[in-house]
Amino acid sequence: MQDYSLLWLIPFFPLVGSIINGLFGKKIRNEALIGTIGTAAIGASFVVSCTYFFKLLGDAEKIHETTIFGAMGSGTWMNVGQLQIDWGFLLDPLSALMIMVVTGVGSLIHLYSIGYMHGEEGFYRFFSYLNLFCFSMLMLVLGNNAMVMFIGWEGVGLCSYLLIGYYFEKKSAGDAAKKAFVVNRVGDFGFLIGLFLLFWSLGQKGVRTIRFTEIAANAHLLENGGTIVTIVTLCFFLGATGKSAQIPLYTWLPDAMEGPTPVSALIHAATMVTAGVYMIGRMNGLFAMAPDTMMVIAIVGAATAIFAASIGLAQNDIKRVLAYSTVSQLGYMFLAMGVGAFTAGIFHLMTHAFFKACLFLGSGSVIHGMHHAYHHAHLHDDPQDMRNMGGLRKKMPITFITFLVSTIAIAGIPGFSGFFSKDEILWWSFGSTRGGWILWVVGAIAAGMTAFYMFRLVFMTFFGEQKTDPRAKDHIPESGLTITIPLMVLGALAVIGGYIGVPAILGGANHIHHFLEPVFGQAQKLHAIEAHGSHATEYGLMGISVGIAVIGIFGAWFMYVKNPEMPKQLVAKFKWLHTAIFNKWFVDELYDAMFVNATKRAGRICWKGFDLPIIDGIVNGVGWLVRGFSAALRYTQSGQIHSYAMAMVIGAVIIVAAYVL
Amino acid sequence: MITVNHYLVVSAILFSLGTFGVLTRRNAIVIFMCIELMLNAVNLTFIALSNHLGNMDGQVFVFFVMTVAAAEAAVGLALMISFFRNRESIEVDDISLLKW
Repeated sequence: MQDYSLLWLIPFFPLVGSIINGLFGKKIRNEALIGTIGTAAIGASFVVSCTYFFKLLGDAEKIHETTIFGAMGSGTWMNVGQLQIDWGFLLDPLSALMIMVVTGVGSLIHLYSIGYMHGEEGFYRFFSYLNLFCFSMLMLVLGNNAMVMFIGWEGVGLCSYLLIGYYFEKKSAGDAAKKAFVVNRVGDFGFLIGLFLLFWSLGQKGVRTIRFTEIAANAHLLENGGTIVTIVTLCFFLGATGKSAQIPLYTWLPDAMEGPTPVSALIHAATMVTAGVYMIGRMNGLFAMAPDTMMVIAIVGAATAIFAASIGLAQNDIKRVLAYSTVSQLGYMFLAMGVGAFTAGIFHLMTHAFFKACLFLGSGSVIHGMHHAYHHAHLHDDPQDMRNMGGLRKKMPITFITFLVSTIAIAGIPGFSGFFSKDEILWWSFGSTRGGWILWVVGAIAAGMTAFYMFRLVFMTFFGEQKTDPRAKDHIPESGLTITIPLMVLGALAVIGGYIGVPAILGGANHIHHFLEPVFGQAQKLHAIEAHGSHATEYGLMGISVGIAVIGIFGAWFMYVKNPEMPKQLVAKFKWLHTAIFNKWFVDELYDAMFVNATKRAGRICWKGFDLPIIDGIVNGVGWLVRGFSAALRYTQSGQIHSYAMAMVIGAVIIVAAYVL
Repeated sequence: MITVNHYLVVSAILFSLGTFGVLTRRNAIVIFMCIELMLNAVNLTFIALSNHLGNMDGQVFVFFVMTVAAAEAAVGLALMISFFRNRESIEVDDISLLKW
């Protein structure tokens, strides 16, 4: 038995960093110091996380719970009736992996931000929010009960709102922030309802708890595959679709690109949006009991993967392509969760965090350079439009190489991290007892699209002729060290990150599978969730998916390098299709018509039909009534002494008369 | 024989005269004098009944009334003087600003 009582330090450091920068940052004014405080705070968390991660690796006992005061039972947050909620933390392989990703990628992105945000008005504000986000995210993954998780869940939503709206003087940024917050609220509503329902239904069986370990231990009290479990898990899944940008609640994520690029990398690619995946993994015992929900998750995941990938094919904004790519990759993770491949889902979560963070930071580096060049030439072109780029590989060699490596990783080329995780998901979606070949087909097509649009992005940005305005084209610099170091580290991780999960069929030991076994093994065994099939099938599927990826890459090369005129011809030929894709299948317009405008109309009815005539009517009516009475009474106040004296005499006479009679 | 009733009747007449004066006169000093008349009507009642009942309480009360009346005269006359300085009038019809 080892000591894990200092787990609370992990979220504590970023909280302190956030408070220091938030309260005193304006006075400090020194960018280097502010940046160092912010980065050191999350760096300290990373060190503690590493310590505990390796301690857990060497520990036979894999699941540990503590509270902020160490021992279980202390550190009570609230004590209501028979329900006691602690400020409790849970360290098991799943949360250990998550804190490594969050603090590791988080540290790199903090470092990157020092260079990227240089000279910004609200430099301290940015770092304060970023630290606060890390604190919330760590609470989310470390919480040992649903309420602590919910604090983190809401906290990351808040920080996401604050950071998307970082450039709040821009209307589009403010709108995007609001949209993200409102759409997330819809999901949070589902999360809460699910939690209440779970607490209630377990309470019916005499177990009043919201601790994850106790929920898992008592889940068998509920009817296996019954209505309650299905509804509870569906509600939780609704929460996950909001936070993790799945159909139908994905629309906020592409708009969230209004935030600074490090934010997109950290929050909207690597960590926060994976919270939904993590939550399903955390409650895998419950989800495994509801095959219907699992099917819904798998279908939604696969649909999101292919739907978002299709939109990504035709976007011209470099960050928007990456945003739709993120939505699509999150779809893969949910597909994995839906077919019971929990390990594969978490594995993909991790590799995706590496290569997508690298891609976003790389795009940030490009935007930074483009912005610098336009600023130098006093131009106001869009630094994010890929049509203004091209040929940047010579200008920004480090950015180019790391970007290319990550792109190969996301495209699923063997040897890079994305291949191992994506292939395991595809294999499970085909061979799992909860899977189906149609899920595999959708996933494979989406993988081909991914390869296509990612290489389209690379070719448009880094290859071909430079299409930047001639006045600016010679002033695009490679970014500084604080930007390139995180790129190189993440690029390296994007290559090697996959080797912890090399499948047995390729002669690997699949370490991550064994590592996560204590979390997922029981539910998978209990409900007989496994992938089965011959080795030939597995090899065959692997070959096909790699083939599809190669075709995608080749297609992108053919269309954007070999025949640069071809895209235009294709667009002209399939005008309606391009219009639909380019406008994101008009989903935003559909939602506007269905929900936003309807809500506005309902609001207008309440305003004009209820608030103005009835509420205001009552308030104003009281005022008018008082005024009316006073108007009548004030004539008695004549100011004439005689009338007062007369009133006194009459009053005295009446009193005396009453007394005498 | 003059009984207590005679005193009471005189007192009532004095009081009524005073009240009538307060209600009808315009000059503040005259009103003031009428109030004094009312007070003394009450004093007369006190003394008459005190004598009639053989109880000293009423006579003690009269001293209090006289003291208060003296104080009232001082304050009231001071008010009138300062009012006259401002308005050159002590007609109560002119003292009608404190109203809606």
